Amino acid sequence: MPRPLLTRRDAITTAAGALLATTAHAAQPTSLLNVSYDPTRELYRDFNRAFIKAWKTKTGETLVVNQSHNGSGASARAVLDGLQADVVTLALAADIDALAKHGLLATNWQTRLPDNASPYTSTIVLLVRKGNPKQIHDWPDLLKPGVQVITPNPKTSGGARWNFLAALAWAQRQPGATDASAEAYIKALFHQVPVLDTGARGATTSFAQRGLGDVLIAWENEAFLVRKEFGDTDYETVLPSISVLAEPPVAVVDSIVDKRGTRKVAEAYLQYLYTPEGQEIAARNFYRPRDTATAAKYAKVFPPLKLVTIQDFGGWDKAQATYFADGGMFDRIYVPGK
Amino acid sequence: MADPHVTRLRHGALITLTLVLMTLLLLLPLGVIFTETFSRGLGAVLGALTDPDAIDAIRLTLTVAAVSVPLNAICGTAAAWCIGRFDFPGRTLLTTLIELPFSVSPVISGLVWVLLFGANGWFGSWLDQHEVRIIFALPGLILATVFVTFPFVARSLLPLMREQGAAEEEAALTLGATGWQTFFRVTLPNIRWALLYGVLLCNARAMGEFGAVAVVSGHIRGQTLTMPLFVEALFNDYDWVGAFSVAALLSLLALVTLGLRVLLERQMGGSRRDIF
Repeated sequence: MPRPLLTRRDAITTAAGALLATTAHAAQPTSLLNVSYDPTRELYRDFNRAFIKAWKTKTGETLVVNQSHNGSGASARAVLDGLQADVVTLALAADIDALAKHGLLATNWQTRLPDNASPYTSTIVLLVRKGNPKQIHDWPDLLKPGVQVITPNPKTSGGARWNFLAALAWAQRQPGATDASAEAYIKALFHQVPVLDTGARGATTSFAQRGLGDVLIAWENEAFLVRKEFGDTDYETVLPSISVLAEPPVAVVDSIVDKRGTRKVAEAYLQYLYTPEGQEIAARNFYRPRDTATAAKYAKVFPPLKLVTIQDFGGWDKAQATYFADGGMFDRIYVPGK
Repeated sequence: MADPHVTRLRHGALITLTLVLMTLLLLLPLGVIFTETFSRGLGAVLGALTDPDAIDAIRLTLTVAAVSVPLNAICGTAAAWCIGRFDFPGRTLLTTLIELPFSVSPVISGLVWVLLFGANGWFGSWLDQHEVRIIFALPGLILATVFVTFPFVARSLLPLMREQGAAEEEAALTLGATGWQTFFRVTLPNIRWALLYGVLLCNARAMGEFGAVAVVSGHIRGQTLTMPLFVEALFNDYDWVGAFSVAALLSLLALVTLGLRVLLERQMGGSRRDIF
């Protein structure tokens, strides 16, 4: 069996090697694998179609973009275990940082693209049932007696961590707030949570499909999608007085694109997210666009909201250690089954 | 003792209870799958099943089964023959080992392959240097499936082979038959129904396996999503009709398996008690 020489990592042999080695795919067009998180399925389905067309026009090359979706953390784990992701588009920077720490991509990945490498943003909102029967208007209302709150598990879900931080941001900004009072609010909040799903999509299904709970803490895009899929008449979005600016980041996985010879197309793919067409697709799929022109066009869809950023919590490294790591705040306040 | 009338009543009550439970636990879910599937008409179902990703999932499932079932049929027969015909040290251990996949959680059955062949696994860097993809590709799916379905064939054959003994094979050998002749003319005809039975169960599980393949799949749509994984993906896409259509196809497979199983059990003489 002819085996490509891959000990020397110069560009030509690796590109040829990638072609030769995957013999089954030798005759197939260039392919990219985008490993992403759960709620972006619809976004990338549309975006891939547009990019494949644009790439064909620009280079004449036929491209196939494959998608893998899972919880953000689980997706990062799979890439660590060898899933050949040319690009990762995950829920939070911490998950891509984990890949960088293992040497899969440069540690400065977040500076290689504009806007912290987050071409679109989202925020955390509250989704309630039609008519808002429990009168939920802001974070403190979630503690009303008898209100059941649905949110996924911050240990496994990126979205859940944003939910946690959004609630915390409110608690920290109350008059006379202390660390203890903020923690007490979060503790009381999780007392209202009957079940923790592992991922954002699972939590949405619990709320919308299985009819569990009175309020879903969710990605804004997920809330829009529920209203689109399950009927606008059954649900209402409530914008809280304060929330977080969630910046789902994207990155090219250096070690994989260099091996597969796909760096050029992978970089073009991510850059296309920042073009007016890419921004338009993001907005249509309910992600807040970065581009000011597109943002102005969709201003009615995405009302302005008071937002804090991850920097207000000291960055992901610190937030992860303080709140979500073993022995962090979540471990202190959450008692399963209560 | 209680009078016969009361006994009959008690029997009746028990039978009714069993039937009610059966209906609730088995028939109702099956009914739900088929009603949900056809709730938006046959056209939607056909559309969902002829979607390119669905066709890829079906093809992948068939490929995985087409490789793992024959592999298990051969290995299972060999293992059952060894254990059924010979006495050797470690025989009991081997019997126990064959059943290991039954007692191990499917998630673990998948995870072992990641730990062995994943990028950070024992053989990960060697495989990576030689551009061999096992995890998150077809070989991984096959390995996980083979592991999970290994016991079926061997377990179907073992009791029968022990029962039949080696007398007929020994006779063939003394009459001058070669080893292979003995196998194809004596052993195989004797075990053929049990073998088919094992293959059938093995196939049903191979096509329906979720946990183990979920771990090694990587969830690449159109590439590494088998039918059960594809059902989950569609469900998460809010594509109920699609999810239920593929689920119905899988359920149909289960029903066919059930029918064939009844037929085979009749062929085997009805005296056979269930091993599973």
